[in-house]
Amino acid sequence: MQALVNRAIEGFVRGTYGDPFWQAVLRRSGVGGASFDALLDYDSQATRRVICGLAMALGKSQEEVLEDIGTFLVASPRMRPVRRLLRFGGVDFVEFLHSLNDLPARTRLALPELQVPQLILREQGGDRFFLRVASPAQAPHRYGHVMLGLLRAMADDYGALVFLEHHGGTDAEELIEVTLLEPRFATARDFSLSERPA
Amino acid sequence: MTAAVRHSPGTGLAPLLDVFCPMHAILTPGGLIRHAGPALARLAPQGRPLEGTPLLDLLTPLRPHGAPDLPALLAHAGARLHFALRDPPRTELKGVIVPLPDALPDALPERGATPAGPGRSGAVLNLSFGISIVDAVRDFALTGADFAVTDLAVEMLYLVEAQSAVMDELRRLNSRLNGARLDAEVRATTDMLTGLGNRRAMERVLEEITAQERGFSLMHLDLDFFKQVNDRFGHAAGDHVLQVAARRLVAALRGQDVVIRVGGDEFLIILPGMTDPGAGGCHRLPPDRHARKPHLTRRRAASHLGEHRLGHLPAGARRRYRGRDARGRYRALCGQGGRAQGAPALHPEPWADRRAAGGVHSPGRARLNTSRITE
Repeated sequence: MQALVNRAIEGFVRGTYGDPFWQAVLRRSGVGGASFDALLDYDSQATRRVICGLAMALGKSQEEVLEDIGTFLVASPRMRPVRRLLRFGGVDFVEFLHSLNDLPARTRLALPELQVPQLILREQGGDRFFLRVASPAQAPHRYGHVMLGLLRAMADDYGALVFLEHHGGTDAEELIEVTLLEPRFATARDFSLSERPA
Repeated sequence: MTAAVRHSPGTGLAPLLDVFCPMHAILTPGGLIRHAGPALARLAPQGRPLEGTPLLDLLTPLRPHGAPDLPALLAHAGARLHFALRDPPRTELKGVIVPLPDALPDALPERGATPAGPGRSGAVLNLSFGISIVDAVRDFALTGADFAVTDLAVEMLYLVEAQSAVMDELRRLNSRLNGARLDAEVRATTDMLTGLGNRRAMERVLEEITAQERGFSLMHLDLDFFKQVNDRFGHAAGDHVLQVAARRLVAALRGQDVVIRVGGDEFLIILPGMTDPGAGGCHRLPPDRHARKPHLTRRRAASHLGEHRLGHLPAGARRRYRGRDARGRYRALCGQGGRAQGAPALHPEPWADRRAAGGVHSPGRARLNTSRITE
């Protein structure tokens, strides 16, 4: 199910930087083919190489690239289903944060083979949260920075003002601190439980 | 009647039920809605308050079918009930009804009539969308706040949506793979130089045609002096000759006929349904007309299409060779060499004496002048 991750990366690169850039990244990364197919199994090494090639081509750190991908997963119209599924987590940002504990179980229901990081949220006071992100053992990269980008975009989605800080970590586990400054800072993006309009 | 209804939910059951089961109704003994939970209130026609309206003005009972009043519903207390909204979109609901015990603070008998038996203090009906939830959420613009915290409705909606997202992705993958498969199939059966079918296509066509037990004719041709064209003008010229020859063959034949480039300068034409030797397709080829046209160079550069043979098989013979491997069948039908002049096509197989096979016509000549082609 690594291919779904690969497809998201491909969507991110093609959507943000265009097809020729994506082809160049694939060539640079030594990954064959012009496109990842979402439900075929690929070597997870391919993902690692593509992220590496992408960081080099963009002149960014891998962490920055991963964070951009996390933001893309929520903010891009192409990733609408992902954003919607995350919004099912709760009616406000705090509810959403708490729903992250269930995220692996929710993901398993939809896609049993997709490996997502284990997320453990600890609340400290009403507006400070610590999120432990434990990446799957065989994951080609750590998910901490992806989560950072994703949380930032979700906070925007809910119209909440937050301060996010990545506290580093080991290969197995990373720590993110979330400070909620203002739950209703801006207007939340529209969300209805029904995808189809009435 | 309305005067008999206590509008205020008071401090009793209603606030509790609003949290535990937002889609409930507290009913008076006469079957009026005394209090509607917040989610049920969203189903009210034109957003009118439900308090004071008869329950059965809002809902049609489907199970028990046509129950006329509250006692009829209460006869099924605790059992599964089934309703539909009276007004469009006529959403179906499932529910359960329980009579209110007398001791509860909200349980007040209606003034005037004092019915006996269960329900004399009224009843509580709890409703749920069941399987119609996906449409209901859209029709009534429900949000997460309309469901009890313990309700799995939102999880179910989540699953429905997750599944449809996965299906969309699968559908996209499927159409990509199918496109690639069709492409590969075409490539696998096409001779890339001429665009004609190749040997593999031939095997498939013969397979189909014999399976259908239809009569057909085969025509086998090669180009004369093709080697000389290649030697003298190079392979590019040779390729050109093959391409033009292919186009002319296709143009001269019927839509259902199949032209195969078997290899080199060898072509095989399959003429389905053509079992009358006299009406052979060969006369349709336009070679002789071109053969008389001027040559490419001063010397005769190239050639005419060579021998062709026409044969057809009656049903009995067809049955006999079905099941043989395709290559063997091809050899059996066409002989081994490109120019098996006059050799009975079906002869290598003992089952195919010439009579049984319906006869093989002695080779006629169909000339296709390649000098025109190379111009």
